[in-house]
Amino acid sequence: MITTPPLPAARWHSLPISMALIASAPATAAEMTVTVTIPRLAVAEYHAPYVAMWVESDAGKPITTLATWYSVKLKANEGTKWLPELRSWWRKAGRTLAMPADGISSPTRPPGTHSVRFAGGTAPFGNLAPGNYRLMIEAAREVGGREIVAVPFQWPAKAAGGSTATGTAELGTVSLALKP
Amino acid sequence: MIAHFTVCRLLALAGLAATLATPASAHRRWLLPSITVMAGDKGLASVDAAASNALFAFDHRALGLDTLAITGPDGKPVSPVVIGKGEMRSAFDVPLAQPGTYRIALAMNGMMGSYVLNGEKKRWRGSRARLSEIPAGAANLELSENLGRVETFVTLGAPSTTALAATGQGLEMLPVTHPNDIVAGEPAEMRFVMDGKPAAGLKVEFVAGGTRHRDQAGIQTLTTNADGIVRLMAATPGFYYLEADMEGGTAAAPAPGQPAVKRRASYTAVLEFLPQ
Repeated sequence: MITTPPLPAARWHSLPISMALIASAPATAAEMTVTVTIPRLAVAEYHAPYVAMWVESDAGKPITTLATWYSVKLKANEGTKWLPELRSWWRKAGRTLAMPADGISSPTRPPGTHSVRFAGGTAPFGNLAPGNYRLMIEAAREVGGREIVAVPFQWPAKAAGGSTATGTAELGTVSLALKP
Repeated sequence: MIAHFTVCRLLALAGLAATLATPASAHRRWLLPSITVMAGDKGLASVDAAASNALFAFDHRALGLDTLAITGPDGKPVSPVVIGKGEMRSAFDVPLAQPGTYRIALAMNGMMGSYVLNGEKKRWRGSRARLSEIPAGAANLELSENLGRVETFVTLGAPSTTALAATGQGLEMLPVTHPNDIVAGEPAEMRFVMDGKPAAGLKVEFVAGGTRHRDQAGIQTLTTNADGIVRLMAATPGFYYLEADMEGGTAAAPAPGQPAVKRRASYTAVLEFLPQ
């Protein structure tokens, strides 16, 4: 049975989702928990980084944006001005998304470890066709650098497990825990 | 002498004096935007206009803004906010009120000619619309037409192509790869047309900015294929300049029996290749 996946509040004008999203009706939803460490940096002028998290195929095709952490609270949507600094995300997905996007956009996070959980079958994760994917996380810091980290994963997860990758400058450890 | 004075006044009025006097290869003419990829409910790009040797240095003179034509994502003209015109550069801001791609251009088009009337050789400068100024008794009419386009592109939000449609006049660059969707290390393809038709075998010069700070000029000379398509490859991110010139195109004779118009068209563009 093929059903239309629940559409997130953001509008996916040009994301190629047709092949990746095949409906199933799981009894309990599988979960992905992303834990990311934002490093504490000793710089004269520190600003919490803008961060974008998204899923792409192992061939680099964007599937869905999971989270964007940026200055959402600025008036007149002014925080969106710097989103293109997350340049891979911007080019793959961000520039066709209306920001802020419900369930995706939230404020920047300070240095430390932060976890976010996504449920399979629910926006923004949605339904993923079985296959090999990458969780991408990109960070850009005002008067600082930009870094992108990829964590490969298989979907659906056959057993509980995870994988980890580490950034070198703007991102610390990024770990992905899957619960089938 | 009077004819010369009149020609000079015509040049000043047409704003052509500074821009058509020098051959295209002598100096590079460019519009350099402050940014090409933007986000937000609205945006603003600030653009410098200059002719120079080093890229993108202000080492020669400013470009006039009289022929500035900005096309918005809906295909309609956008008014710039002119900051000023100095000796070395002109500058203007482009307000971006709606999402999409904006085409920012200096589009110059002028004609000049000579003829003989009552035994005197006369010179004329004008445009196709003003060919009727040439008196009926003119003999030995020689006409030439110079078209020049100096362009750059900026996008607010998602790229679009409405503003990039060909005007069908002179030498133009049309996107195969969108000009605001280009990154270093990935080939970008552009299609050149002359009067709307593919410009095959056209030589295109392509060079990275920052020429003053390196020994090798690094100018790539590329050639368009049979479809007018050229493949641009920027090894490192930054602003790049490209230039192409060609002669010919549609050469409509001003009147039956008259010689064809000698046409020359030039095109320059500034493209920003972002990092991977």
